[in-house]
Amino acid sequence: MKLYGTLDSAAQGARLSREQAVELLSCHSLPELGRAAAAVCDILHPEPVRTYVVDRNINYTNICISGCRFCAFYREPGNPDGYVLSTEEVLEKVGEAVELGATQILMQGGLHPELGIEFYEGLFRAIKNAYPVHIHSLSAPEVVHIAEVSGLDLETTLCRLHDAGLGSLPGGGAEILVDRVRNELSPVKCSARKWLGVMETAGKIGMRATATMVFGHIESHEDRVEHLMAIRDLQDRTGVFTAFIPWTYQPGNTALGRAAAGGHDYLRTLAISRLVLDNVSNIQASWVTQGDALAQVALRFGANDIGSTMIEENVVAAAGVRFRLSEKRLIELIHSAGFDAAQRDTMYRLLRVHEKGVG
Amino acid sequence: MYSALARSDIADIVEKVQAHERLSFEDGVRLFESNDITAIGCAADMVRRRLNGNKTYYIVNRHINHTDVCKNRCKFCAYSRSEGEDGAYMMSVAEVVARAEELYQDLKFTELHIVGGLHPTLPFEYYTEMLSALRARFPEVHLQAFTAVEIAHIAEIGALSVEECMRRLKEAGLGSLPGGGAEVFAPEVRNRICPEKMAGDDWLSVMRAAHNLGLRSNATMLYGHVENAEDRADHLLRLRNLQDETGGFMSFIPLRFHADNTNLAHLARPRSGIDDLKSVAVSRLMLDNFPHVKVFWIMFGLKLAQVALSFGADDFDGTVVEEKITHRAGAETPEGLTVADIRRLIEETGTAPVERDTLYREVTHEEQAVG
Repeated sequence: MKLYGTLDSAAQGARLSREQAVELLSCHSLPELGRAAAAVCDILHPEPVRTYVVDRNINYTNICISGCRFCAFYREPGNPDGYVLSTEEVLEKVGEAVELGATQILMQGGLHPELGIEFYEGLFRAIKNAYPVHIHSLSAPEVVHIAEVSGLDLETTLCRLHDAGLGSLPGGGAEILVDRVRNELSPVKCSARKWLGVMETAGKIGMRATATMVFGHIESHEDRVEHLMAIRDLQDRTGVFTAFIPWTYQPGNTALGRAAAGGHDYLRTLAISRLVLDNVSNIQASWVTQGDALAQVALRFGANDIGSTMIEENVVAAAGVRFRLSEKRLIELIHSAGFDAAQRDTMYRLLRVHEKGVG
Repeated sequence: MYSALARSDIADIVEKVQAHERLSFEDGVRLFESNDITAIGCAADMVRRRLNGNKTYYIVNRHINHTDVCKNRCKFCAYSRSEGEDGAYMMSVAEVVARAEELYQDLKFTELHIVGGLHPTLPFEYYTEMLSALRARFPEVHLQAFTAVEIAHIAEIGALSVEECMRRLKEAGLGSLPGGGAEVFAPEVRNRICPEKMAGDDWLSVMRAAHNLGLRSNATMLYGHVENAEDRADHLLRLRNLQDETGGFMSFIPLRFHADNTNLAHLARPRSGIDDLKSVAVSRLMLDNFPHVKVFWIMFGLKLAQVALSFGADDFDGTVVEEKITHRAGAETPEGLTVADIRRLIEETGTAPVERDTLYREVTHEEQAVG
């Protein structure tokens, strides 16, 4: 069978072509795809350790001019449910998180029409003055928006934010990096080229970032592969990405609606991501969108990281999906998948290893 | 062999499966102890395709639990009540028929699945009358009712042998037996989780007698508590041996121990999705003479149940709206799925949804004439 040739070479670490990736996406032999992805994961991460990070999501505002049809979280400017957290409120949340062992703060918010770069510089400086925590914040569309509101170019914007304490960029807002899809789903959000431009600039000034893909809405298999190829190409040029995180669109309470992608599609796409992105070290499972049982299975489908404790999460919860996991549970899931569990920092350095018990 | 598989710690077992060789007890133990779930899945998917091709079955059925009053009060059960206790209920024959009527108005099911507690005072005639009344009202509907444990209890109530008891129930309309109550056969495990319940050998004897009477049945295994890999492999081999003898089992259904609201909650192992998939895949591999493996999506959740269809399961169970037992123990899945939901979930796995009846015959619906 032709597919076996593709899977076989992929499992040995060969680079897949666009055509081969599309071919794999139409393959329904889930365990075989998973076995190949697990083999590649074992080559990249030969030590039997799988990781998690302790962090808190802080959504500093829900006011957003983007109006994306897949989002259940945002409020338009002027909506009485809109909010912006004060510096004091943010500091209090960061303090609580650090108390709980968080090493990373993930701050993301809406595209607020009036918040310029000074707001963010002030916020980051206040956090860094108060706590020894890594600021992994602002998705690429937010960076683009801040640059526009402040009348600055991307490089100046990122340099100033970096100087103020921004450590790295989360990969949100990538959705599907194909403009035809973006125009339909999120016409106001930055284009694929701009998203990639932010990441390229971040790499240039020495920052790191993650990349995401949100699938299972209106995109085709070719669109998914286009997305993966765009990430792989940029990574070849910059090495900016520490990790890739695919997850499924959550249809609850959104304008787009429709049925959610199932567990089969999630694992298949995760495995193919591992196989295609041969130059990205880490693949994260998403328990927030998939639940604990499937996220654990993902650790045998190419993922080497189960994500974060997410002491607070609001965006996926707004779509009606609420999975809550403690650090203890994340360790337990990694152990019962047959690995030692390790808390890592944002740069995937191991901080503490919890060895799997005997028996 | 596909190179990623050749490097697996269970590559030799995968090779046996490829060569159509029967797996041993030791193979079963190694499979349950391995974490190479994708390699196990590759082998199980191969067997599933060998036996059931590209078909994934589902059934349009309804569950009725006629009483929650039970003299056994197994410690892991959140459902049972004692007579007179708060929440205890018992439906009369008329109420069971009325409930079935109500459900039938909602959706024309082909199977009614009836299980309940071991009610201490209901007479033998209650059961025969229930079956006759349902058969009279719904002659086309298959009545799958009473686990082996209930059969032994009903026989005792009627002062009959289990053979005579089942002969009379069959005459009254009993079509087949569900697979519940098997739990784990190993006596030391049974003593810890359900000492009140009939012994494993007795469960197997009821099934042997049922099969000899021409009644087909299913079988289950309740996993995720104090049992180990040897106990699981032993359970599956005992089922395989009986199946070699009678051929009466239709499907095997692994059931995860759900004990949130019970006083055995401390014995439940934390949920592991990998272990859930193993329960399906290893069963598919060990039970080479069982035609079907069913994933009970109410317990697995929809996402993992769908994945299980690529790990050995070929049956997605039914459209259930009246399933109370698992929900009292804290299951978090929706209580009912539509036929369209089920068909979509199956199609997403690349297999073809097939509506079946209880005996796994394909159900064809007559097309309405276009006027």
